[in-house]
Amino acid sequence: MSQAIVQAGDTGSVGVAATRRARGLWSDAWRRLRRNRAAVIGLAYIALMLVVAIFAPWLAPYDPNDIPPTAFANTPPVWQDGGTWDYPLGTDSLARDELSRLIYGARISMVVGIVPTMIVVVIGVTYGLVSGWLGGWWDNVLMRLVDVVYAFPSLLLFIIFQAALRDSWLGRSLGGLTLLFVAFAITGWNGMARLIRGETLRLRQQEFVIAARAMGNPPHRIIFRHILPNALTPIIVAVSFTIPGYILAEASLSFLGIGIRPPTASWGSMVFLSFPIVTYLPVFVILPSALIALIMIAFAFVGDGLRDALDPQADRSR
Amino acid sequence: MFQYIIRRVLWTIPVLWLVATVTFFLMHAAPGSPWDAKSTGGRQLDPALEASFNRKYGLDEPLLVQYTTYLKNAVLLDFGESYTKRGQTVAEIIGQGFPYSARIGVLALMLALAIGVPVGIYAALRHNTIGDYLSLFATTISYTLPDFVLAIFLLVVFAVKLGWFPILFSDWRSYILPAVALGTGSAAYIARLTRASMLEALRADYVTTARAKGLRYRAVVVRHVLRNSLIPVLTVIGPAFAALITGTIIIERVFGVPGMGRLFIDSITTRDYPVIMGVTLFYAFIIVLSNLAVDIAYGFVDPRIRSSQ
Repeated sequence: MSQAIVQAGDTGSVGVAATRRARGLWSDAWRRLRRNRAAVIGLAYIALMLVVAIFAPWLAPYDPNDIPPTAFANTPPVWQDGGTWDYPLGTDSLARDELSRLIYGARISMVVGIVPTMIVVVIGVTYGLVSGWLGGWWDNVLMRLVDVVYAFPSLLLFIIFQAALRDSWLGRSLGGLTLLFVAFAITGWNGMARLIRGETLRLRQQEFVIAARAMGNPPHRIIFRHILPNALTPIIVAVSFTIPGYILAEASLSFLGIGIRPPTASWGSMVFLSFPIVTYLPVFVILPSALIALIMIAFAFVGDGLRDALDPQADRSR
Repeated sequence: MFQYIIRRVLWTIPVLWLVATVTFFLMHAAPGSPWDAKSTGGRQLDPALEASFNRKYGLDEPLLVQYTTYLKNAVLLDFGESYTKRGQTVAEIIGQGFPYSARIGVLALMLALAIGVPVGIYAALRHNTIGDYLSLFATTISYTLPDFVLAIFLLVVFAVKLGWFPILFSDWRSYILPAVALGTGSAAYIARLTRASMLEALRADYVTTARAKGLRYRAVVVRHVLRNSLIPVLTVIGPAFAALITGTIIIERVFGVPGMGRLFIDSITTRDYPVIMGVTLFYAFIIVLSNLAVDIAYGFVDPRIRSSQ
């Protein structure tokens, strides 16, 4: 009997599909995102920066860490007195080409945004799923740990972490990037864990999960087939806000002189290097700062757009 | 309610302990010592002198002994003496730096409230008009703009180019740009929060009731909507203040303010262990305290939270 009803429903939906294209959650969300002008602009800008980051060696006129043979320190950009087309944006106080360093700086920002976020998603999602799925005593213990990490002021930890381990082998590897990844991952996983644990608790009580359990599915299949796919939209939205958070954290630490190690070019460290001459050549401080601001705004537009597109009923208070 | 407060207060103890422990061991795990040439600015200390310094500050003892001694003293609110500023206790040093940071933080918070709340109210009352959209756009930009980038822009425009403010930290005018740089993000956040909670309150049943019984719109807004929708705003003041106080670390660097932020960075570069510990614990204490204030405030506002934890 029930078989017959399902079949009837199936043929019905096939008939509809023939006249109208199927619309799922993702294509709906994509359509809504495309209609959001700010999100599209943000997305385009991020894509541009990704291209710049990937093709930096071909785009940059000089080696970012090398002093070109004809260069002097602190050459102003071409539109100011004393500027030259050889170095359109000028040279920094160590006579390195500013434009090339800005181009390579995009690499650091992209990598430092994306890699720790991936680590945080893996750790946080696993932790949250386990905590939410097990529930009870385990959930209680695991969430208390999250609370403790949450209470730790992350900027302080970054600073202490950087100061303590900068000169160790960990701090030296990849120009300081590895240490940043570790610091960001240690302080960042808990927010994701909290989010996923909440989602798991919510989904666990829904009929389709109860039905799947009643049918005797093993826990891993329920978690990966039913709970995780349904928790995907909050993960995506969280990711779109986590990436700019790390880009900013790197820029801030590098500006304090304890982020990316010299000579590697990052926007934050370029501000740090040129800050002493801010009264004399403010443009060297303004250019990298503006790039930091633009990428942050682009991510914010995309993040807001994604949230509206994926979850139209979401609370818009934040 | 009383039990709930006690539980929240007790919960701050393990948090502060963890902060102290992590900081202590991270700090000591770092290569080098407070008497290095790198830390003392190029002077290489005589080994005998170094040994006597180590003895004086207890650095020759096993790390675990140092750790327990520190914790014991810290419980009695004795945070030791600075290594670099001889004869000054950590409490005195923090007492010198904190007022600068606090002044900037308080000024920034006042600014955030004075701008954020009216903008939020305006946007909610003009919901879905051009004014609402403009303020939404403005708040998105100001919330997203990193405060140190804003600080640099402000410094370049108003201090370097226009010369309205001193570039080096000097008198009362030196507080204004840091406070603006720091407060803008919070103002945007408060504006969005106010707008959202106003919109929610405007749709509530009691507003319909008040309107239905013939109360004028203005009276409804002032008496019912505002009162209810400002509660969430009150609860973010705590964390906003904590964020502003710690946020000054970077802002102070831009404007050369001799506050807590500079103290913290200086103490780390010179390996001034007691000052590092003291400043970290002080920051953590402020943050924990403001989180606590929020939890208690929420407990008062929403009885469900009290019973759930």
